[in-house]
Amino acid sequence: MSLDLSSENRMTWVGAKTLVDPQVSIKRGALFVAENRIRNMLKWWTSIIAFGLGNPTLYLLSIGIGIGSLVDNSLGPNAIDHVSYLTFLAPALLATAGIQGAMDEVTWPTLEGFVWDRTFFSMNATAITGKQIANGVMIAAMVRCVLQVFMYELCLLAFGAISWQSIPILLLVASSAGLGFSSIMLAFSASIKDDDGVFALVGRFIITPMFMFSGTFYPITSMPIYLQWIGWISPQWHATNLGRALSYGMPIESWLVILHWAVFLIMTIIGFSWAHRVFTKRLEA
Amino acid sequence: MAKKTDAEAMIVATNLTKTYGEFKAVDGINFTVRKGESFGLLGPNGAGKSTTMKMIAATSQRTGGELLILGKDPNTSGPEIRAHLGVVPQQDNLDRELKVWENLMIYGRYFGLSRKFLKGKIEELLEFAQLVDKRNNKTEELSGGMKRRLTIARGLVNEPEILMLDEPTTGLDPQARHILWDRLFRLKELGVTLVITTHYMDEAEQLCDRLMVMDKGKIMAEGSPSELIKKYSSKEVLEVRFGSDNNASVAEQIAGIGERLEILPDRILVYAENGEKALEAIVKKGLHPVTSLVRRSSLEDVFLRLTGRTLVD
Ligand SMILES: Nc1ncnc2c1ncn2[C@@H]1O[C@H](COP(=O)(O)OP(=O)(O)O)[C@@H](O)[C@H]1O
Ligand SMILES: [Mg+2]
Repeated sequence: MSLDLSSENRMTWVGAKTLVDPQVSIKRGALFVAENRIRNMLKWWTSIIAFGLGNPTLYLLSIGIGIGSLVDNSLGPNAIDHVSYLTFLAPALLATAGIQGAMDEVTWPTLEGFVWDRTFFSMNATAITGKQIANGVMIAAMVRCVLQVFMYELCLLAFGAISWQSIPILLLVASSAGLGFSSIMLAFSASIKDDDGVFALVGRFIITPMFMFSGTFYPITSMPIYLQWIGWISPQWHATNLGRALSYGMPIESWLVILHWAVFLIMTIIGFSWAHRVFTKRLEA
Repeated sequence: MAKKTDAEAMIVATNLTKTYGEFKAVDGINFTVRKGESFGLLGPNGAGKSTTMKMIAATSQRTGGELLILGKDPNTSGPEIRAHLGVVPQQDNLDRELKVWENLMIYGRYFGLSRKFLKGKIEELLEFAQLVDKRNNKTEELSGGMKRRLTIARGLVNEPEILMLDEPTTGLDPQARHILWDRLFRLKELGVTLVITTHYMDEAEQLCDRLMVMDKGKIMAEGSPSELIKKYSSKEVLEVRFGSDNNASVAEQIAGIGERLEILPDRILVYAENGEKALEAIVKKGLHPVTSLVRRSSLEDVFLRLTGRTLVD
């Protein structure tokens, strides 16, 4: 059918009942959401690449090499875990990249979707459900996370901090930590009614301490015992420790390996079920 | 045009209720919208129009009552229903980062429509919304009226069985409103079922075949604009002003003239079959209004009669 809208323009119109099969969105809605998120990200792709490669390069030049030579000079070469300081540092830096990369793509977009632009409400006006929006945001965030970790790995490889064989396993570990932590952050962001600087507080009191006290720069065991608990609850430490064990063979108990993976898994499960509930409730109100 | 009372029922609400805590935003309303109808919800701010719209858009969960949209219950078939609806919310929620055409593209993708189909569709919609030369602009660069037209175009991307418009022209200047009314009128002519909320009586009169007057979550009256006016108001209205201090005392003296009086802070409304005659009667009593005006009754008068308040304050 073709409907006459005006003398100069016509609109074809078969009607939604014929045109739209709800099952398509019911099955693949999360991917459509991810597609939109990635389209949004592509608007910033130059910054994402520049930041993804530039940040590690600067970091490795200043901290890694500078402090590295200081450590190696004062403690002797390969004093920690029998590897260079840069190799010791690498899994921790990758964990940070994974966590940060995933987090950036769940926190701001979620606040934008619920508060600033209310785009989640427009998605939910179609066949897309709250659960699918949460999943779609996470899928896109993981694309960014994997990409960011991989770029970091390329830099580490160039600086000789990791071997190319350890690239897949370190990528998996850092991305799992990113997934676990950002699932929680996804739910948390969806619970925020209005951004009154909550994320700045999260950055100051959660992210920074997590980075500082998670055995990033020295083994967690060289910290006083009353600070070590921060490491135990921090995905940053779990990813760092697991990465060290699986990349250059730092000695580790097998139960601890299982525990590290379990932490990522549990955070993911808790985060997702919380996020699904918050997303659905907020859109249905 | 076929008689619409026999047409397929698109929305059936029975005792539909929504409460927020203790507060009843929508308080047990009943209505039916039929295929091809242009149905309006007219009421002041806070009447419960948006809340009703969100429930019939199958997004907000009802607290009580029954609701069938396109024959399905939104509590159990939300996505299936929404796949066949078009929604224009009160607050624009376009994607600011994306261009005009991209907004239409991503929205079409949410319905699972193919990129190939959407390419053609977007051209038609841009033309319909008179945004062809804005296709590559970011939405934040558009005027209020353009954003509104884009949001309407977006709502049409899936060729919806029902298009729902929540206050389509609120906040727009008169010219932008007229362009929008023209677009909506074309949709109405096409036979698209429209549900429109508004607090402008002229908009309701222009666009709606049938409407519900809402206040405080309840339906005060229902019917076509002309039926409502006939039922709740006189043919003509005489507006007289005696200066704000005198209105109340004058009102006592002219009681009995016309069918009914409404005393507003700044003027008196005399409802009468013949406004000029009513004015003559007032003058005969030796009273001389500062200004006087005879006009036809409008939905504003219906609302005043039903609630004792004006629609827009
Ligand atoms: N999410 C909410 N929580 C609490 N109260 C709400 C919520 N949404 C709407 N209301 C209240 O319900 C009433 C009806 O609101 P609404 O449907 O938006 O009215 P309208 O669209 O007719 O202006 C208002 O008093 C409003 O404050
Ligand atoms: Mg409203």
